[in-house]
Amino acid sequence: MQAQALLEQLQARFGDTLQDAVVAQGEVTIEVAPADLLATCMALRDEKDFHFEQLIDVCGVDYLAWGETEWATEETTGTGFSRGVDARTAGRLPGLEEELSTETPQQDRRFAAVYHLLSIKNNQRLRIRVFAVDDQLPVIPSVLDIWSSANWFEREAFDLFGILFEGHPDLRRLLTDYGFIGHPFRKDFPLSGNVEVRYDPEQQRVIYQPVSIEPRVLVPRVIRPHVGEEETADEPAAEEVAADEDKSE
Amino acid sequence: MPEIRNYTLNFGPQHPAAHGVLRMVLELDGETVQRADPHVGLLHRATEKLAESKPYNQSIGYMDRLDYVSMMCNEHGYVMAIEKLLGVEVPERAQYIRVMFDEITRILNHLLWLGAHGLDVGAMTAFLYTFREREDLMDAYEAVSGARLHATYYRPGGVYRDLPDRMPQYQPSRWHSQGDVDRLNRNRQGSLLDFLDDFVARFPACVDEYETLLTDNRIWKQRTVDIGIVTPERARQLGFTGPMLRGSGIAWDLRKKQPYEVYDRMDFDIPVGTNGDSYDRYLVRIEEMRQANRIIKQCIDWLRVNPGPVMVGDHKVAPPPREEMKQDMEALIHHFKLFTEGYCVPEGEVYAALEHPKGEFGVYLISDGANKPYRVKIRAPGFAHLSAMDEMARGHMLADVVAIIGTMDIVFGEIDR
Repeated sequence: MQAQALLEQLQARFGDTLQDAVVAQGEVTIEVAPADLLATCMALRDEKDFHFEQLIDVCGVDYLAWGETEWATEETTGTGFSRGVDARTAGRLPGLEEELSTETPQQDRRFAAVYHLLSIKNNQRLRIRVFAVDDQLPVIPSVLDIWSSANWFEREAFDLFGILFEGHPDLRRLLTDYGFIGHPFRKDFPLSGNVEVRYDPEQQRVIYQPVSIEPRVLVPRVIRPHVGEEETADEPAAEEVAADEDKSE
Repeated sequence: MPEIRNYTLNFGPQHPAAHGVLRMVLELDGETVQRADPHVGLLHRATEKLAESKPYNQSIGYMDRLDYVSMMCNEHGYVMAIEKLLGVEVPERAQYIRVMFDEITRILNHLLWLGAHGLDVGAMTAFLYTFREREDLMDAYEAVSGARLHATYYRPGGVYRDLPDRMPQYQPSRWHSQGDVDRLNRNRQGSLLDFLDDFVARFPACVDEYETLLTDNRIWKQRTVDIGIVTPERARQLGFTGPMLRGSGIAWDLRKKQPYEVYDRMDFDIPVGTNGDSYDRYLVRIEEMRQANRIIKQCIDWLRVNPGPVMVGDHKVAPPPREEMKQDMEALIHHFKLFTEGYCVPEGEVYAALEHPKGEFGVYLISDGANKPYRVKIRAPGFAHLSAMDEMARGHMLADVVAIIGTMDIVFGEIDR
């Protein structure tokens, strides 16, 4: 098994630097601290066992709403569909952002950058995950000097998630509009956005105004425990629903 | 003594050679490019964020709209990621159908690229020729999915339905006489496979036609030879994949090196360039069309003699057949649950990559166990290629910028996402 062999090589070479190292679905994932990222990447690129000469992708991830479900009722009768949908989940209604952003599931594990590496010489792939240490000001060192392709990938992650890549010489917004405010792919950014654009015939120019779309859920998020797993996670939710029903009656 | 300053030129976003909505700020010294700063994102639709708010199957249609000239390959990357995380095994016939349509898509993409690239540097005729063949392939798209472009044909667990036994026919109208219609319908008498067989037999001669127009054409060579040279070292550093990497002489193709579906049973060759310039990349893509044609032929021959299911039988993922739903309560419930709630994908993360016509198209999928993805990241090949624009254009003339955009084969649907 190639993935397992790579994992053992990585563990032998980097030892305690790896905060986590797993093989899942035949893919190797390692996790390192931001402080160790540059040294690790340099070694991964240059040492002949690894030889990851290509950085395929950099992906920002916001773990704020991890595992949150919007449909936690066992009973579908009563007031019906809307009761099961939890409007308080992240990004659903504007105005709840400040309240929510403090409730990160795990403190300082909110923003991560995920790097996908490819070795053309050894024909293998590797995934590196780096969590930024501060949720309020996520900073991760830039790997631009190691792989030139990091340039736009890091600009994109900065634009969409607000992750600051330290050492990037040109960290401008890339995909959003000129003068855009906020980082749209964060989980607490509403799906419909905050502003909309239209032409105003009176002022005879294009203006920005608050969105007129009402946010709504068409299909709620559901998390069902899979076959073989115990259903302990769902039980408290079911009890709460039952208690709520008693009160209403 | 007058002060000599560089000239800043705004190229696009409404420029016919910008291939969509590329705005580029060019700093020119006379006519020589000193710096190129592409501004992208004018077509940004937040596809990845939209996918986070929908059940898995409802986002397949968005994938068509990423790279809107190679629709089914985008779908393929997305459904492959879901299948990998679900642990679903796709029926063999569906795998052959997917390979066949991936290669049809490759030809579709390269034909549009060839026509548009030619048009950009002044070769009008190639455009008209390539669109003639694109028409036939889009008819094949239409026959299987009902749509000429945005097919939504691949589904997790297989493909939407089996290949049709009958091709749609032209009808006589005010614009088409009976004679015209008979001529247009001549190769449409049999099944889709007969139609494609006819196409595959004709297509190599069509590629020869494009080549007589361009390959030894003096103007074409003046515009492409030694333009936008990328060394193999830089190509690797810049994250190039696909024909852009192979044009620089690196024999890397995911269909051979990390085969998916049934590519390991196919017989085909990987063309590689030597100089890494625009002309080599042109030759690589022309040869890729010929190789894609060979693969389609092998798929047709297999599909003719091997009937079978094209979708998994697991009704948690794939809908039950309609006849069954009329009789069977369980089938009806499965159908209802699947189309209202969708299916929950086990917690985990995968990266599925495939050899898209433009390079490596990857989908990185993170699931927290819900019926909607937690995060979808689309790795678009054109994004990495366009980010090298500054390096490739520097020192070239203004007119060469257009040739470099052409050789990158960029489409803004996938770059801006």
